[in-house]
Amino acid sequence: MDKMIVSPSPHVRSGTTTAKLMGHVLLALFPAIVAATIIFGGRALMLVGFCTAIAVVLERICGIIMKRPDTTGDLSAAVTGVIFALNLPPTLPFWVAFIGLFFAIVVTKQLFGGLGHNFANPAIVGRIVITLSFPAAMTTWTEPFTADVTTLATPLASKSANMLDMFLGMTSGCIGETCSVALIFGFVYLCVMKIITPTTPIAFVGTVALFSFIAGEDPLYQVLSGGLLLGAIFMATDYVTTPVTQLGKFIFGIGCGIITCVIRFYGSYPEGVSFSILLMNIVSPYIDMLCKTRPVGAKKPSKKVKEAN
Amino acid sequence: MPFWGIKLDHHKTTADSQTVPIPLPKTVKILMSQHMGAPCDLLVNVGDEVKVGQKIGDSAAFMSTPIHSSVSGTVKTVEDYLLASGKVCKAVVIETDGNQTVCETVQPPQVSDLASFVKAVKESGCCGLGGAGFPTHIKLNVDIKDKPIDSLVINAAECEPYITSDCRELIERPDDVIDGVEKVMKYLEIENAYICIEKNKPQAIKIMKQKTADKKNITVVSLRSSYPQGAEKVVAYSATGRIIGEGELPSAKGIIVLNVSTAGFISRYLKTGMPLVEKRLTLDGDAFRTPCNVMVPVGTAVSELVTFADGAQSGIAKLLAGGPMMGMCLYDFSAPITKTNNAILAFTEKLAKNKEPKTACIHCGRCVAACPMKLMPTELEKAYEAKDADMLRKLKLNLCMNCGSCTYVCPAKHNLAEVNQLAKALIR
Repeated sequence: MDKMIVSPSPHVRSGTTTAKLMGHVLLALFPAIVAATIIFGGRALMLVGFCTAIAVVLERICGIIMKRPDTTGDLSAAVTGVIFALNLPPTLPFWVAFIGLFFAIVVTKQLFGGLGHNFANPAIVGRIVITLSFPAAMTTWTEPFTADVTTLATPLASKSANMLDMFLGMTSGCIGETCSVALIFGFVYLCVMKIITPTTPIAFVGTVALFSFIAGEDPLYQVLSGGLLLGAIFMATDYVTTPVTQLGKFIFGIGCGIITCVIRFYGSYPEGVSFSILLMNIVSPYIDMLCKTRPVGAKKPSKKVKEAN
Repeated sequence: MPFWGIKLDHHKTTADSQTVPIPLPKTVKILMSQHMGAPCDLLVNVGDEVKVGQKIGDSAAFMSTPIHSSVSGTVKTVEDYLLASGKVCKAVVIETDGNQTVCETVQPPQVSDLASFVKAVKESGCCGLGGAGFPTHIKLNVDIKDKPIDSLVINAAECEPYITSDCRELIERPDDVIDGVEKVMKYLEIENAYICIEKNKPQAIKIMKQKTADKKNITVVSLRSSYPQGAEKVVAYSATGRIIGEGELPSAKGIIVLNVSTAGFISRYLKTGMPLVEKRLTLDGDAFRTPCNVMVPVGTAVSELVTFADGAQSGIAKLLAGGPMMGMCLYDFSAPITKTNNAILAFTEKLAKNKEPKTACIHCGRCVAACPMKLMPTELEKAYEAKDADMLRKLKLNLCMNCGSCTYVCPAKHNLAEVNQLAKALIR
């Protein structure tokens, strides 16, 4: 070498990159996608593929228009696309899904500065926008293993589903939310690979179970029905929009659980998971401010320092 | 709560390689400032004959240690040398005569009590051999009547990857280490000593356990192999469970932390009177074909070591003094070895370059979880970018010891540790 490299320490770095973390999340979502394909058929899989592709394309187009570097390689747009798709009814028209993705990727994510700067989970905002705008399309469910479109209520609304059916996902509902066992597989994978800490999901689900018990509902039924597991495992653990510290994550999970139950039991919507996560996303920066770590051996600032300032 | 830390690849390839002396270099360049504290004034002139162990630099300042010649020969020139800190100090270039004649003044010191012990340690030129180079006599100079010390923590964690020089001290000279520990315990009236070794050095742990089996006051503690286990505050906590607070010295909590090679050196100095003139170094990294441990006279040029370890200067893309986590880059093969060096690592371009580009912070919290001081590097980075000195103070930036854990774990490849060092200028 003519010239040697001079740089500040440390001189080694871990192999972990944002793209790898997102890749692990995609892998963790894989069981849910497979389960959805088995339960709801090829249409569901097509919707997942469509949403993923559109999310990536929208991310790239935004990048070009806003003259930002290409960020599709970090896979965060793909993750948003998959999670968004898993939150949709299997028969949702593609154009409705496109509108949701537009609000997810363009409005929520890119207009606020791209990955790392969005205040709310893009997939959740996208989903809420179309839930409020297209209530009929968003509540048209399919019976598992048939293509029959039904206006029957989901287990969360009917409160009459078999527990084992709900665990295996053989009920009507959003593409990725019905099969609890597949979601739990993903959860274990994420925890084992240390992509997420189990704090938020456990606090979230635990709070829902406890609240349900106190409110006289069946805790297990409440946990397995609706989008709770999908939300708690994959959306309430989004890095960008949730607190950094473990205490912060714990408070975030409890807050999500309380809001979910309040909406489910006393609100006019049958499901409150996405609203709860969105509301807690908004207070996340404040939770972070309150839950700073306490540095080891730190002294409280003395009065003299305060006066000097 | 136990110290958790981060996992690094150990790369302790030289753990079994016996320390060998390198051939005596033709010249050595001895710096008058080798560690924190006041630089020394020159005691020799060009043309003077010097012998091994002869004092060639000294300072009246308390925070300083004298400097001795590591070779016998003639003072050829005295030049200015630019230190990594940006300061300039004097450097004595000595042409060796090959005889290595020992100076007459090298005699075992007369030590009877703490005061004479501290004085002897100062005269030995000893400074912390773990790398930070805090003058040892200042650590030992405590008022034991007022602030009794009850625990001596011997730091042999050696948590930096590659480096095995402390490990070799334990394996090759265990009796010196134990004798040094006992001497310090005797003069400072310390009850207990803890020799702290990371679990990735099983041979060293075994030897030390055997050697201290009949010594009730000396405990061998095997530590989790995690980084930065060898940081002073961390190792003190791992050994005693006491937290050394902000702005405190370990002695405020009744602890003295000494590096294991320092303990071994003190023992040898008390026996022979030979001051600190040679260092054991680990030579490793993928640009060296023969990684090894060597005993080197202080002042030897790095180029001699590159040749010794079968490295080609042209193949080296990054040259480090110290470990890969906290070591400093060298940019010149003529740089001399100082008392505080414990390794020279050389890497080819393949390992030296950071390949991944910096991307946006995704708020994942890995840096917060990794920080041994429980700081929030991501918040510190924001405060630095906003040039918010008050916030930097509130976030306790001053507690950052630049261990590099945050930078290591960051998936977005932010230079968090570097930012902290830059930010320190804002709160001075």
